[in-house]
Amino acid sequence: MMLSRVAERIYWAARYLERVENTARLVSVYDNLLFDLPRSVNIGWFNLVIINSGTELFFERYKVQDERNVVKFTLADDTNPSSMLSSLTMLRENIRTARDVLPAEAWELVNELLLFARNDIQQGINRNGRHAFLNGIIEGCQGINGLLLGTMSRDAAWHFMRLGCNLERADMTTRLLDAGAAVLQLSEDNDTTNLPQIVWGNVLRSGSAYMAYRRTMRTAVNGTDVAHFLLGDEHFPRSVSFCLDQISSATARLPSAGKRYSSIKPQLPKHDIRDGYCMSPDFRDYLNDQQLVLAEAHNNIASNWFAHD
Amino acid sequence: MSIDWKQYDSGGFFDELISSPGNARAPARKLANYLASLDEEELEKRRLMAEATIQEMGVSFTVYTEEGNIDRAWPFDLIPRTISRKQWDKTAAGLKQRLRALNMFINDLYHDQNVINDGIIPRHLIENSVNFRPECVGVTPPHGVWAHICGTDLVRDGDGEFYVLEDNLRVPSGVSYMLENRAITKRVLPELFENDNIMPIDDYPAKLFDTLAALSPRQVKQPEIVVLTPGIFNSAYFEHAFLAQQMGAELVEGSDLVVNEDDLVFMRTIDGLTRVDVIYRRIDDLFLDPEVFDKDSVLGVPGLMRAWKAGNVALANAPGAGVADDKVIYAYVPQLIKYYLDEEPLLRNVKTFLCENDEDRAYVLENLDKLVVKPANESGGYGMLVGPHSTKKDQAKFAELIKSNPRNYIAQPTLALSTAPTLVDNNKLEPRHLDLRPFILQGKDVYVTTGGLTRVAMKKGSLVVNSSQGGGSKDTWIVDTEAK
Repeated sequence: MMLSRVAERIYWAARYLERVENTARLVSVYDNLLFDLPRSVNIGWFNLVIINSGTELFFERYKVQDERNVVKFTLADDTNPSSMLSSLTMLRENIRTARDVLPAEAWELVNELLLFARNDIQQGINRNGRHAFLNGIIEGCQGINGLLLGTMSRDAAWHFMRLGCNLERADMTTRLLDAGAAVLQLSEDNDTTNLPQIVWGNVLRSGSAYMAYRRTMRTAVNGTDVAHFLLGDEHFPRSVSFCLDQISSATARLPSAGKRYSSIKPQLPKHDIRDGYCMSPDFRDYLNDQQLVLAEAHNNIASNWFAHD
Repeated sequence: MSIDWKQYDSGGFFDELISSPGNARAPARKLANYLASLDEEELEKRRLMAEATIQEMGVSFTVYTEEGNIDRAWPFDLIPRTISRKQWDKTAAGLKQRLRALNMFINDLYHDQNVINDGIIPRHLIENSVNFRPECVGVTPPHGVWAHICGTDLVRDGDGEFYVLEDNLRVPSGVSYMLENRAITKRVLPELFENDNIMPIDDYPAKLFDTLAALSPRQVKQPEIVVLTPGIFNSAYFEHAFLAQQMGAELVEGSDLVVNEDDLVFMRTIDGLTRVDVIYRRIDDLFLDPEVFDKDSVLGVPGLMRAWKAGNVALANAPGAGVADDKVIYAYVPQLIKYYLDEEPLLRNVKTFLCENDEDRAYVLENLDKLVVKPANESGGYGMLVGPHSTKKDQAKFAELIKSNPRNYIAQPTLALSTAPTLVDNNKLEPRHLDLRPFILQGKDVYVTTGGLTRVAMKKGSLVVNSSQGGGSKDTWIVDTEAK
């Protein structure tokens, strides 16, 4: 037995939890690139804002598109509803209103994480403390996920968690790929021969996918294989197709009697990724199509289980 | 410098922990020795630990201000308040007696009104009571019980006796803080629980569940129990969520519930509509059902009163129970105990002047500077005059209020409320006034919490303990000094 309202809040709690972790990961891709790339390469911090669909809001607040403003906007800005701190606040609010179906410790861990984020946010904005700060956030999120994994009954609450988590995760994996593609597209650098390797390597690392990629693909890091792996790998939990499978299997376990969408099985749009494709605008359009698939899955879930009629 | 009990002086008030400078009362002895053994650094460490624990546990309450609602960390004082088990057992028996009589009184009022016909209570008191609900006349809730959850405020006067200050029979809050205070103390002062016989308090959620389950109209193995909250912006939302979680009940808002044409109550779930048996409602009577009470209420559920009257759903507390939560009725409780139970009251009332009686009113108006004046139907410490701490202007204002509506005001002598050592700035111990709110449950059986919520007036000399007005709280220990 679960209230529709509670199901909806759990679903959003899971989405926000994943979004907090992924925003931290996204910033760390750019942060890591700084270490590896020659100064001549402009890595375009502003892409972070574009990828998160925040251009308009950014210009209401800032004039200069520099690293500091972009990072501040992405991590700390209260007026940006998709900033990491906003997501963390929303995570807390959703858990606060769904506490009765979650392990009590989840509430404590979320409070700790929010306290840490608020107290140390300056570390995330300054370049020298950023790595440690982002790691702290990612570890905090994984701690919460670990607690839920180890203590939650596999009932409806759990399946709504899985839905929220995997939808958000699939969404962010496409955004991570987009981030890599955007850097290469805009770099105008032809001297650094190993630039793609550096960029795609960091895309993998920011998704904690580097080791899994090496073991599975058994090849050097290159855009085509990274895209294949992050989109289509059957076993890696952050690949888009793995997440979509999880969504299908979670929805199959939820009550379906009298529901509008008797089965929800989102699929990867057909793709044909060949050498060099990953740096083309077509690839970025393709990633955009995937986001539409995810948006549709969300709408179907909401109308099946959250509708307040 | 660490704590030196010889330096602590309660200034003539009855102190909960210390009988005279340097001498702890029996139930506080181990506690006092232990605290004295901590050096200042250690004491500061524990205080900070308590603060951090409250933030991590997210124990909060909401304060309404002009700038919006603020979610504040729960104010907690590290030093527990102790009571001996022997004294507590006597007090608990008195609390049970009181609630049994009050429930018989409420049931009588909504049926034959023998208490009025027999001349115990004047008829006009009930007719003019804002909490008497004509809609409830003739209804008999399960077991004839109307107030299932009661929070009774006790204070100790200079003589060390417990007095009842008021009975809260509408939607009393605070029990979650009682439980959380204990959880915090266990984390911060764990050593004490090894040596001292501190009686556990954590059976409350299970007892609450049993009390509610016994009200179910359907005789099913697992009745569907829900906690109805006004929502996240209510000052006690933390508690609503806490109790639902502890009982394994659903926490619902009005919009989650629906009453059908057969007067049955359902909640909207991912499976469709599910029947509801018992509602522990944490919203006031007047917001319960827009069909009957406040038409504009969006917090309630249309048709809820129909379902309740038809006996298809239990409401705890029952609508109309607040009629006995009136400070004028309070003055009659000792007589009600004799009338309904034929017993002597085990707990004392505070001397109360009813402003509607000419003689009492004349006395009150002449002694406003010495008395505490309270409106008959307010809670949360609002609308009070504390005579000795008031200005001439305040007193003049209250004189006008009393004259224009005498039925609505009572007055009591300013009590020499007991004190307990409380950590103030620089980790010094100073006496602060406090009260105690135990919670009493009545369904099929009657149950009293082991102790209750101790509330402390954090301002020096202040007698106002309400958290909405800057009060703090302490863990309350019932200590069994005779246990081996």
